[in-house]
Amino acid sequence: MSNTAIAAENATSLVVEGVSVIYPNGHQALNNASFRLGAGTICALVGVNGSGKSTLFKSIMGFVNPTAGTVRINGMPVRQSLKQHAVAYVPQAEEVDWQFPVSVSDVVMMGRYGAMNFLRIPRAVDRQKVEESLKRVSMWEFRDRQIGELSGGQKKRVFLARALAQGGRVILLDEPFTGVDVKTEDAIIALLHELRESGCIIFVSTHNLGSVPEFCDQVVLINRTVLAYGATADVFTAQNLAKAFGGVLREFEFEQSTIQEHDGQKVRVVTDDERPLVFGKDGHLEYMDREKHEKLLRERSEEND
Amino acid sequence: MSQFFEPFGFSFMQDALLVGGLVGGMCALLSCFLILKGWSLMGDAISHAVLPGIVLAYITGIPLAIGAFLAGLFCATSTGFVKRNSRIKEDTAMGVVFTGMFAFGLVLFSKTPSDLHLDHILFGNILGITRFQFWQTIGMGGAVVLVTLLLRKDLLLICFDPGQARVMALPDRFLNYLLLGLLALAIVVALQAVGIILVVAMLVTPGCVAHLWTDRFDRMLAISCGSAVIATVTGILISYHADASTGGCIVLVQAAFFFVSLLVAPKYGIIARKLKR
Repeated sequence: MSNTAIAAENATSLVVEGVSVIYPNGHQALNNASFRLGAGTICALVGVNGSGKSTLFKSIMGFVNPTAGTVRINGMPVRQSLKQHAVAYVPQAEEVDWQFPVSVSDVVMMGRYGAMNFLRIPRAVDRQKVEESLKRVSMWEFRDRQIGELSGGQKKRVFLARALAQGGRVILLDEPFTGVDVKTEDAIIALLHELRESGCIIFVSTHNLGSVPEFCDQVVLINRTVLAYGATADVFTAQNLAKAFGGVLREFEFEQSTIQEHDGQKVRVVTDDERPLVFGKDGHLEYMDREKHEKLLRERSEEND
Repeated sequence: MSQFFEPFGFSFMQDALLVGGLVGGMCALLSCFLILKGWSLMGDAISHAVLPGIVLAYITGIPLAIGAFLAGLFCATSTGFVKRNSRIKEDTAMGVVFTGMFAFGLVLFSKTPSDLHLDHILFGNILGITRFQFWQTIGMGGAVVLVTLLLRKDLLLICFDPGQARVMALPDRFLNYLLLGLLALAIVVALQAVGIILVVAMLVTPGCVAHLWTDRFDRMLAISCGSAVIATVTGILISYHADASTGGCIVLVQAAFFFVSLLVAPKYGIIARKLKR
């Protein structure tokens, strides 16, 4: 990797320092939240409903101004970084009006508006970016479809393509796996891994606990403030989760024999649509593909050395 | 048949058809944005709220259009203010603000000796427009159409996904106010043709018709405008022959278009959906 590429990579950062948000109606959504993320990470933002996840997202996107504290993106204040189109976001499916008369490529082209002149007439480079992005999420064949005619997973990929077309280095995803089939979920995760390799910060708000250890290397755990943040294995402990969720989580305890003697055997956990979070012996996290995950962890620790 | 088109020979009818067509097309353009943004009520609110502005402008001697425009903006911004600073929801706040302003306008009007006709403000007077009003309508209406068409992509974005506009540092707040401003201007322009009461219909119905026929935005704009212009011309002709309220006839034809579309539109019509099942 060239030095300039490394420099560019190092520039990508997200620093939240002492952020408090009090809404005009007096509701304090966040109190003194602090954490920092460096280039090349997939970080989960985990917390119950009403814990301030969306408020935190809104402060990063400049939709709400913190009552106290600062958010800095790539070393710049939010407004300035937005002007450079550094932040891209993928909205929740419920926030989008799927009846809207726009096609798949229309939506992805919207990611290019910031780079176009004020009449928003697409140039060759814009068309090319849209095509690249759609091909990258395997949605190019669907480019002329109206957005309501897509499956849940396809809809998600269209908005991911918009973020790609925009070229943001900090990408915020709100509940990316709601209504998404498992196969698409894997495809999205693979793409997020690629983006992480290229130095992007992927910040994922989710309540789907089981998928977090599968694809996130860091976690920010919040409940009105940041309870803990850092590497997934350190933060995602049964104690921390209990602190974040209180009694909200449903817990299944298996027969002791299953938990104690699972190494080298299959542990079978069946749930409905969402991935379960499984703690094994000594409270360590269980992964779908243990060896692959350990290899990844080894590689990452070598990189950091 | 030639008898039906006979009124084209009169110059006042030619003016009316020109102005009506332009106003219909202009309102139809905006209606696409309004129904997609969920602002149908906003047209209703602003059109009623302009009344005190018109009367105050008359009293102070400034052009009626400017008074109406300022009153319309005041209605929209004060609604936003009430929503942000209380527990009242936006549509409720709007209901209070615009009826209050309309009532204020009525009271003001009844206490002001004038040669204005309340009938003309409420129901329009397209067959009796003056030369000045004619050129004012063409000029302002043309400007609204031009700006809306030029900035249609940005306006569509703030209807579809205001968050994306903000995250790209596009001036989303300015665009919101621009859309409001265009709406207020359009209402002022349309007052002459159909009056306060019926302008609401012109700002909602054509967009709904088009939304039933297509799911691409540019086509929606075209269908909306086309149907509105045809409805306006037809409505004016019918009103001439039936000697009935012109604004009423225009809106009736639009409503008829809507119900026909609701039944027979190719993909989203009721018949097509029944057949698909």
